[in-house]
Amino acid sequence: MKYLMFVCTDPTTPSDETGEGTLGVEEWVDKYDGSGKRLIGQRTRPAEDATSVRRRKGEVLVTDGPYAESRDWIAGFDVLECADLDEAISIAAEHPMAAGGRIELRPFWDDE
Amino acid sequence: MNRARPSREDVSRALAGALAEQRLRIVASLIRTTHDWDLAEDVVADAAERALRRWPEDGVPSNPAAWLTTTARRRAVDLLRRADTERAKLAEVALMDDLASTEQPTPAGAVSDDRLRLVFTCCHPALPLEGRVALTCKVVAGLSTEAVARAFLVSEATMSQRLLRAKQKIAHAGIGYTVPTADMLPGRVDGVLAVVYLVFTTGWAARADDALAEEAIRLGRLLVELMPDADEPRGLLALMLLQHARRAARLVDGELVTLEHQDRSRWDVAGIEEARALAALPGGGRGPYRLQAELAAVHATAPDAAQTDWPAIVRLYDELLLLHPSPVVGLNRAIAVAMADGPHAGLAALDALAEDRALRGFHLLPAARGDLLARAGRTTEALTELREAARLAPTERERRQLERRRAELSG
Repeated sequence: MKYLMFVCTDPTTPSDETGEGTLGVEEWVDKYDGSGKRLIGQRTRPAEDATSVRRRKGEVLVTDGPYAESRDWIAGFDVLECADLDEAISIAAEHPMAAGGRIELRPFWDDE
Repeated sequence: MNRARPSREDVSRALAGALAEQRLRIVASLIRTTHDWDLAEDVVADAAERALRRWPEDGVPSNPAAWLTTTARRRAVDLLRRADTERAKLAEVALMDDLASTEQPTPAGAVSDDRLRLVFTCCHPALPLEGRVALTCKVVAGLSTEAVARAFLVSEATMSQRLLRAKQKIAHAGIGYTVPTADMLPGRVDGVLAVVYLVFTTGWAARADDALAEEAIRLGRLLVELMPDADEPRGLLALMLLQHARRAARLVDGELVTLEHQDRSRWDVAGIEEARALAALPGGGRGPYRLQAELAAVHATAPDAAQTDWPAIVRLYDELLLLHPSPVVGLNRAIAVAMADGPHAGLAALDALAEDRALRGFHLLPAARGDLLARAGRTTEALTELREAARLAPTERERRQLERRRAELSG
């Protein structure tokens, strides 16, 4: 199964500064690139550099900033290929932002 | 063999026994081979219906459990053949392989693995709590959707929807049909225990639904059977048995009676003995369920409230607070302190808790204060606290119990 892993800040709960149980970000990338579980990933620039695009009645509407209602912002993403959710949870739980923020796992829509 | 036709009672007894023995095993192994939860549940229900039609005519088979298993599996193969999709074909192959390898009696380990997989899948933390509870009651305990809906005070349609959504999330999010790996296992076991205890307390706390509490105890026995080396499942089972042992004494004429005033001759001695034997087994670490069971066991073996070993209870609460700092545990500890060292010491312990935000609006805090103030002879203050407690009480039954206490005190 493929999972999109959103790496997010988390305004709702204080972060764990010790980072206990997580790896450094380079170590994490090397480990899961090495095992073939991480297919691709990248940091993204912050919300102030975001642009929203919509099309309504044919007209393209471009606005500055992220999706308005989200208080947390996406700091990056990775795509994982895992046997099941538990494997993806284990990998996500070792990412430094699991302690510094929050990781959201979204399974890919299954297009078989 | 020329058998006499069995009576209706013989048939239903044999079927109930076969279902108790085999239903969960059949469902759990079919989910693994077919990945189809509804099919797994349906074919067992179908096999049970066939038994009710056939056994009165043909006689009860010599091994009803084996008959049920074979009938359910044949039906599964039949349905998969009819479905005639790629997915169904794969499932059929897996099922035939499984049948071939289980023609001989399987080692106990392999069988219990499927049941354990099912339990962990139903209680996966990626499912909403109400979904975990619903799946556990429906698929593991084998209750009907209607019975689960009734137990959790929702309509059957709502419960069906809840079950459907939980099964969909399992499929869509890729929740594996596995026993968690060692690093995840302790947390996941805690999660399973919490679900079972929630089923128990739902039956127990406000509604006195003995049947639901008994289902939870059955689930507790299953967890002890499936995880014989773990200490906390035994602790949970002991705790539930001890609480359930008081069922005949806790309600009189539909009204709640507090532990202190219960007629202890009505407690179920067999349940208490079973629980004490479980709690006495040596365990690795003493977790929160084990400690709560030990606490309940101190009460269960005391002839009355006055002769209870309160200092032992205070010590157990201290241990529990180290594991699980919780204002509710602190509240119970303060009551035990009052019983051990007098109401003034108890009130001092309660005052230390009064600032805790988590207890704000919690009816048992003023209830405990009212009780201790009454014991200290401060009746006017006690009445004020009890009125506040009755105002905050979450159930009508608890409100009435607090009002009665107030009436006794002012009378």
